[in-house]
Amino acid sequence: MTMDAPSDHLIEIRGLAYAHGARPIFKDLNLTIQRGKITAIMGPSGTGKTTLLRLITRQLIPDRGVIFVDGVDISTLNQTNLYKMRRRFGVLFQNGALLTDLSVFENVAFPLREHTRLTNRLIRHVVLTKLHAVGLRGAADMMPVQLSGGMERRVALARAMVMDPDILIYDEPFVGLDPISMGVIVRLVRRMNDALGISSILVSHDLQEISTVADCSFLISDGKVAASGSPAELNQTSSELVKQFMHGMADGPVAFHFEAPDYEEQLLGRDAE
Amino acid sequence: MFRDFYNTLKEFVRTFGAFQLFFLRLLQHSPSIFVKRFRLVVKQVYNAGALSLVIIMVCGFFIGGVLGLQGYSNLARFNAEDSVGAFAALALVKELGPVITALLFAGRAGTALASEIGLMKATDQLSAMEMMAVNPIRRVLVPRFLGGVISMPLLAAVFSTIGLLGAHVVSVNLLGVDAGAFWIQMQQSLDISDINEGIIKSVVFGIVASLLAVWEGYNAVPTAEGVGRATTRTVVNTAIAVLIFDFMITAFML
Repeated sequence: MTMDAPSDHLIEIRGLAYAHGARPIFKDLNLTIQRGKITAIMGPSGTGKTTLLRLITRQLIPDRGVIFVDGVDISTLNQTNLYKMRRRFGVLFQNGALLTDLSVFENVAFPLREHTRLTNRLIRHVVLTKLHAVGLRGAADMMPVQLSGGMERRVALARAMVMDPDILIYDEPFVGLDPISMGVIVRLVRRMNDALGISSILVSHDLQEISTVADCSFLISDGKVAASGSPAELNQTSSELVKQFMHGMADGPVAFHFEAPDYEEQLLGRDAE
Repeated sequence: MFRDFYNTLKEFVRTFGAFQLFFLRLLQHSPSIFVKRFRLVVKQVYNAGALSLVIIMVCGFFIGGVLGLQGYSNLARFNAEDSVGAFAALALVKELGPVITALLFAGRAGTALASEIGLMKATDQLSAMEMMAVNPIRRVLVPRFLGGVISMPLLAAVFSTIGLLGAHVVSVNLLGVDAGAFWIQMQQSLDISDINEGIIKSVVFGIVASLLAVWEGYNAVPTAEGVGRATTRTVVNTAIAVLIFDFMITAFML
């Protein structure tokens, strides 16, 4: 990890611990996200990538450790200031999370109507522009149930960026997209990040897409950051764990199987009776 | 065994406390939503109230019809069949109107509210609002709560009115009670205090039914099974609460 001037640190996580019930997810996680970069968070499924996003946005509260966003410890914010901070975030949820009782247009317009006093004409302009960017201007009058999964996520992306946030968080943005939309969205993520000077955090399994778009990536395993660096650096690392993940091998330090009793014992032993 | 009892008691006290806080939070946001976002409330009055009208009217008519039949046949034993109008009106306005409307409301609108909110939670819509810095309690729950509270007394009034119509059709048009006697007896025996009792009951039941529905939906376990359970609990708990409150209010207003 390179050490820059403190102002370059957008999000800093120090000594984070979080357990889901009795199952510890993070033990001692330290991670710094740079301003103006696209940061990817990777890891085998079940390592708590989505949980990490929820902790960063304080939908969950850590058991131990601190999370700074722009130098502010987010655990100290009251609801008003928390909402003020959240208005700087745009979040793309794993399943889109569109409001099912509103049309596509109204879904994208929702944050504008709630937080601004723009005229209807202006709202129309902003919403149609954002929908155009994700290629769904023509679907403005449709209801979310009429959309395919991939289209839903593109509308959700338009909604996430409609307030022009400083920080865009994408939870698995490439799942369920066809190759054409995927290419468009990858370019869109890159372009928005550079043109608007925002910072992006991306959680994904798609190594190929990540390596084309991310400036920096963190590989999380066993509740800690196992490796970090640019995708190219990760590709050339000597760490067994990183190699296993980057090349998709079944054998290695990360077990493919969820913790279970001995296979032979369970099938043939006393438990089988 | 004592430990189980202690844990159950502790859990009950905790839930009850959370329930009260939840109610206070709804009340805290209610005035501003009512004034600034009245259109959201109107939409919910339509969902909870207008869409329940058909079931309320059909049930009201038949309950009124039964009152006409029972009233006529039982009062006729004392040669008092002319009082059937008074009998039906008192029964409807003071008891059956508010209570049955509340039970039907729980089945028609309460379940819809609970499952809608539960599903919004299960599909991350409430989290998404949180992340857009919009308070879901304020934006989603309060309009639905207010919509229910406004709809209930109106529905109860419609229920009682249609019920009287049903009683009239059965006793006057079919069984031959004198129409003049039907209305005069009703007018003489029904006080304004009786109508007030009905109004107070329907307002209280409106609060109880709407509150339980949004509470169950908001606290549903976000799975298909969890939403199903929340919907069932809404009907069961509302029915129990409404009947308990009905007894208490009646006792106080005697």
